[in-house]
Amino acid sequence: MPYPAYMEESIRKVEGTRERRLKEELPRIPVGNRMPVLQEFHPDFVKTSMRELLVGPNKGDRTPNELADLLEGNSRIDPDKIDLTRIDYDVDALIIGAGGAGAAAALIAQENGANVLLVTKLRLGDANTVGYQGGTQAADRPDDSPVLHYLDTMGGARFTADPKLVEALVKDAPDVIRWLESLGVIWDKKPDGSMAEVALAGECVPRCHCCKDYTGLEVMRVLRDEVRCRNINYVEFAPAIELIMDDKGQVAGAILVNLETNELSLVRAKAVVMATGGIGRLHIQGFPTTNHYGATADGLVLAYRVGCPLVDTDTMQYHPTCAAYPIAILGLLVTEKVRGLGAQVVNIDGEQFANPLEPRDVLASCIIRECKERGKGITTPTAELGVWLDSPRIDMIHGEGTVAQNLPAMVRQFGRFDIDITKEPMLVYPGLHYQNGGIKFSPNGATAVPGLFAAGEVEGGVHGKNRLGGNSSLDLFVFGRRAGKSAAQHAKEVRLGKLTLDHVRQWQRELKKAGLTQVRPISPKILPDYARQPHDYLADYVTERLHAGQIKVA
Amino acid sequence: MADATKVAEREEQKVTMVDIYIMGKRYKVPEGLTIMTALEYCGYRLIRGCGCRAAFCGACGTVYNFKNDPVLRYALACQKLVEQDMYLTQIPFFPAAKPSYDLEKMEPTGEQLLKIYPELVTCFGCNNCTKSCPQELEVMEFMSAAIRGDLKEVTIKSFDCLMCGLCAARCPQGLVPYNIALLCRRLHGRYLVPRSKHLDERIAEIEAGEFDVEIEELQKMSLEELKRRFDERPILKE
Repeated sequence: MPYPAYMEESIRKVEGTRERRLKEELPRIPVGNRMPVLQEFHPDFVKTSMRELLVGPNKGDRTPNELADLLEGNSRIDPDKIDLTRIDYDVDALIIGAGGAGAAAALIAQENGANVLLVTKLRLGDANTVGYQGGTQAADRPDDSPVLHYLDTMGGARFTADPKLVEALVKDAPDVIRWLESLGVIWDKKPDGSMAEVALAGECVPRCHCCKDYTGLEVMRVLRDEVRCRNINYVEFAPAIELIMDDKGQVAGAILVNLETNELSLVRAKAVVMATGGIGRLHIQGFPTTNHYGATADGLVLAYRVGCPLVDTDTMQYHPTCAAYPIAILGLLVTEKVRGLGAQVVNIDGEQFANPLEPRDVLASCIIRECKERGKGITTPTAELGVWLDSPRIDMIHGEGTVAQNLPAMVRQFGRFDIDITKEPMLVYPGLHYQNGGIKFSPNGATAVPGLFAAGEVEGGVHGKNRLGGNSSLDLFVFGRRAGKSAAQHAKEVRLGKLTLDHVRQWQRELKKAGLTQVRPISPKILPDYARQPHDYLADYVTERLHAGQIKVA
Repeated sequence: MADATKVAEREEQKVTMVDIYIMGKRYKVPEGLTIMTALEYCGYRLIRGCGCRAAFCGACGTVYNFKNDPVLRYALACQKLVEQDMYLTQIPFFPAAKPSYDLEKMEPTGEQLLKIYPELVTCFGCNNCTKSCPQELEVMEFMSAAIRGDLKEVTIKSFDCLMCGLCAARCPQGLVPYNIALLCRRLHGRYLVPRSKHLDERIAEIEAGEFDVEIEELQKMSLEELKRRFDERPILKE
């Protein structure tokens, strides 16, 4: 599926300006001047896309409609039908979610003496972690410092991040890199062993550590192997659908469901680490997403129901450069490393319109403006909009072979559709990428509810209202390790009381009082519903009952 | 990735439909769908055989052939576009036996590798592994390198492995190339890559509390002052 002729015409213009653009650098927008473009073009500022929550700890706060519906959803279980004396797993630490944060938490919890159970909705390691390409930030170069990393992170977040969480993030970072290396992760290096960092957007010093553009794959397959080598118990295809508490108000376990048989399992745990990741598969505002199949905000729902406040859930991250063509890979992440290595973002005429290393919220807004207000985007045969990400410029700067060496995943993925990114640019547009906010928590991983810890994309505050590239994978390992350690410690000290699901009863009462039980879906969502339903022939009243889950067809 | 319905709606504007067969049953689907989205278009809800949907996780490694051509082909279901008369089924990923080992107590040598995977030497070079790799890696070549104990060569040749498991599924000797290569890479990364001096130094500096005062200052200063410090920070060019 090479580019159609009319798109090739625009590519000729991109090639025509390339020589001149080699020396052209557009200034970055100063931090004080970002708001106008954000307010006009960033999806977070579309007023109708969010609404106020009517129940729960964040009552009155605004959040995207798709998330609000699930946070205010009905429980999947009837507490009266669950026998809490029938425990299937009795452990010190239950880790929910087996991506980067969950795996890190499991390893460290076990190292600290805990008997660990790791549970996950899909397979061990099927998570957003495996798809991260660009890398992991750590200020380890002699001309860098954790102080600069702190400053970059705060500025990228428009100064809305939690200072203590950012401090933990930047100070743990170099040790995270070394820890992963000691497990066998192969970072990109110079021949003498020093790290070969790349500058991502919003960084003042090259700080991002990569494993080509398969960074997440490399890290996740090593962590997964280590989890298996250490014989940590794990259960796959078994998402948690409700937390269990005790009569002292502590989180004390979870109810799991077997995705294929619907059998429930009960876990009693002295500590629970929530590491369920993000939200992309909710397709906020209809955006395509870079996220994996299971990214449906389950952890936010469960934590909210036991009383955990959430922070910054009024912001989502739209990655500026996701594939807009061909449609088979619509929304595919095109790593920021492409821009870090020198690719510029240009319009239909081959002209730059923004500095490619603006923070993600700013660049995404500039791309949307270029397409929607200025009419300088390219429209694909299937009516998607996009701008060019000029990858061939990379080899012109750094020498031939740089793209092939540093971006093999990108080369392969576009190559599958007969697009050679070493010679032709990629068409890109912002896509739903990351949940900036999440469960409110403290630097040691603890949430507001005793016994519940959080790590990774499901928690919030680390990145405020806009995250920098390379900081989310760092977040996984920094707070995954911290949560694992804290959970093991907590498990040694806590005395669990009698198990209860009264919080679910209480939740349903609140929903009923607010008049929501009939109009809200069942949550957590678990998986997106992509199967086309060939039910058009059904009577409307049947369709309604079908959607309410009251009947099944076939 | 867009969901099947959305892709389908858009594709229907052009309406080139192709015939495919899912577990023997014929369906008409719009051209341009991947194997994965075609399954969903036909009403199948995936639980297994679906992960990142972006060619990184290896959950959707799959086989297919054609109505009049029984030769098996291999692909990632999330990337491969459907073609006329394709025969499809989605085989769930199945785990392979994997020994436990403690990387800390190992040596980065071929002998070490053979202790963990003695069956490695039974490879007779049929090359089925290479033919089945949806990443088009030279699997048999890195297996040969593993037999020779050349961990670096295995690392280079296997680095883009998604661990989808198709090579192991097709190996007549029951070898698991993706796990063998993983151990080679881990040994290489842990022991043979030179250490980063500046990384070790920075960790020592942080442990000694060298940046605490400066970070505390930033945390105490006014927002206006912090913004000024941010805008004035020098941006290093390389």
